[in-house]
Amino acid sequence: MRKLNGIRLAHAKNTAGSAFITLPPPQKVLIPMSMHMGVPCEPAVKLRQQVSVGECIGTSDAFFSADIHASVSGTVTAITDYRMANGSFCKAVEITSDGLMTPYAELKAPPCSTREEFLAAVRRSGAVGLGGAGFPTHVKLNPKNKIEFLIINAAECEPYITSDDRTMQEKQTEIIGSIRRVMRFLDIPECFIGVENNKPDAIRILTECAEKDDSITIVPLPPVYPQGAEKVLIYNITGRIVQEGQLPSDQGVIVMNVSTMAFLEEYFRTGMPLVSRSLTIDGDAIGKPCNVTVPVGTSIREVLEYAQCRFEDVRRLIGGGPMMGAGLPSFDLPVTKTNNAVLALTSDKPAVTTACIRCGRCVNVCPLKLMPTAMEQAYRRRDKAELESLHMSLCMLCGCCSYVCPANRPLVESHRLARDFMRQK
Amino acid sequence: MNKLHIAASPHIRDEMSTQKIMILVIAALMPAAAASVIHFGWRALVLLLFCTFFSMACEGLCRQIMKREQTISDGSAALTGLLLAMNLPVTLPLWQAALGCFIAIVIVKQLFGGLGQNFANPAITARIVLMVSLTPSMTNWIAPRTTAGDAFSYDAVSSATPLVSGTASISELFWGSTGGCLGETCAAALLFGGLFLIFMGIISPVTPLAFLGTLAAAVFLETGSMNDVVYHLLSGGLLLGAFFMATDYVTTPITAKGKLIFGIGCGLLTFLIRFYGSFPEGVSFAILLMNILTPYIDKFTMSHPFGAVSGRGAK
Repeated sequence: MRKLNGIRLAHAKNTAGSAFITLPPPQKVLIPMSMHMGVPCEPAVKLRQQVSVGECIGTSDAFFSADIHASVSGTVTAITDYRMANGSFCKAVEITSDGLMTPYAELKAPPCSTREEFLAAVRRSGAVGLGGAGFPTHVKLNPKNKIEFLIINAAECEPYITSDDRTMQEKQTEIIGSIRRVMRFLDIPECFIGVENNKPDAIRILTECAEKDDSITIVPLPPVYPQGAEKVLIYNITGRIVQEGQLPSDQGVIVMNVSTMAFLEEYFRTGMPLVSRSLTIDGDAIGKPCNVTVPVGTSIREVLEYAQCRFEDVRRLIGGGPMMGAGLPSFDLPVTKTNNAVLALTSDKPAVTTACIRCGRCVNVCPLKLMPTAMEQAYRRRDKAELESLHMSLCMLCGCCSYVCPANRPLVESHRLARDFMRQK
Repeated sequence: MNKLHIAASPHIRDEMSTQKIMILVIAALMPAAAASVIHFGWRALVLLLFCTFFSMACEGLCRQIMKREQTISDGSAALTGLLLAMNLPVTLPLWQAALGCFIAIVIVKQLFGGLGQNFANPAITARIVLMVSLTPSMTNWIAPRTTAGDAFSYDAVSSATPLVSGTASISELFWGSTGGCLGETCAAALLFGGLFLIFMGIISPVTPLAFLGTLAAAVFLETGSMNDVVYHLLSGGLLLGAFFMATDYVTTPITAKGKLIFGIGCGLLTFLIRFYGSFPEGVSFAILLMNILTPYIDKFTMSHPFGAVSGRGAK
């Protein structure tokens, strides 16, 4: 088994010891109708309608989608267009809170005795992959193939972020319970929890919790970025290679984020759908780095105010980690389901971009052994055939190549554009 | 109003830059440059500085005339100038050195598109052009003042390069008190600089190891003498070539497998030219020939991406 390449990053896990703090309910939330991969939801509420926590406010007939629920109780005060990080628009529902956080009356623990009931309940929960990609959970848990391994992604390889780490330290019984439930209904014989070994507390707590269960193994992994990338994690734990164009389930594997698992168990106990988000607030412009739990749709500005952010010093605001997160244009954006962190950084050193000097650093760090510099040049020529022969479609935009590039080439940027370009006819 | 900088991920970057790499390579050449000044006197310093600054001037003017963005500050022109000077005999007239700089920077580098675009190593190509067109002054080796006794009489004593005379001792070769080009005589300083670059992660050890290893093996098979092997490893432009020229990013293969092939090719060609060619030294020709083969080596040593299905898109 060969070792995949990657890079060593400063971990900056400053908040690994900071327990989640639940913030007081915000006055207003803005809930986008697209916080998942797939078809955006249509608002299912009308202006001035009263809603309570957990009530469905957005849904879609499409299978590849995830329902959206009110995260505070109160009144729908606006249904607007909302510009997402990728530049396209979706609808968003604004709810003005009554401050009571009244739960929706019809919520109860969903029936769960058969696989069909289990999947139907997951679909109603609005669950998506909480690691950042937002893949609808009910789609992932409904594979066509026989699954041999359930892999829990708890690598959390991005610097700063500790929300998965904290979840493991605080909700270990939920996580193990959820694993057993998924293994039972999907008939999966074996589960591995992949955790980078820079989280010794989480590893210890989970190991103790799963001690009596031979089918669950905790796998400590070296902290090499991007350890948590799906293909990398599958390979490092099982040795299986997800081929180009395949899904993990084609190799008999399902990968689930650890926080998603913890949420599912809470949902099956209480019936409360995905309406809150636990996230890490950090960065050098933050006075009090912390982990918080807030209703989905809470303004980032409010969360940052709580964390004593020095707003005037912030030069980069990032939703997610520093390697793959999105640069945010404003503080007044909502926290979404997939926001595992918000980072406020002061440094914005202008780096000098030169011509590619063919040093080969990008080739040496690429976990998938691609040729990042050749892909950038092929995209600049808009050479589709060359991009195909370089296997552009494998690129997962992890950012290792741009990170090491001494010429400061916009490699990941051009790979992202190239991916869209390849999809065009 | 607060200005948030919106950029594509990743939002953090490594500290290494093109300019830093060039400065580190220049720093790694400093011991050999210092040795040349010790051995050949102040004229060596004049030649080193002249080539460095004249190359930078060529680069600056050329970019100006071509109306391209200015690139002097990336340090690559200074490095090329310095490397070229290291490949010249101390007696070379300055106008000829200037011609060499012009060939290296303007013809070999800028006319092909500047940094990263040239297919051949500028310093090596310039040396070869000077060598074949101005052979007398390019082979006007003088004995270093450290062996000639009088520090100011260097231009009076002419001397052959050890590859021609075959008379230098191993220790003379190691410390550089033999005739030859400025920067190639002191093996100790070159080894030190090369190891520094490997230690700093600037160059891969694969190329120099393959280059030197192949040559050593070939010489041993040909002569059967370990003494000859060491003699060949320490003399001529071999160490300068193996550590500083055959490792040039732009003109050599990008993958480790490609670097191995490149190094072996350089070693074999150097051996063939040194033993069977009409030139006493073959390092420059070997590297230039392998430079020309680099695109093909790159093409055939492309890595197989992880999880790639050859039917999908691959050739």
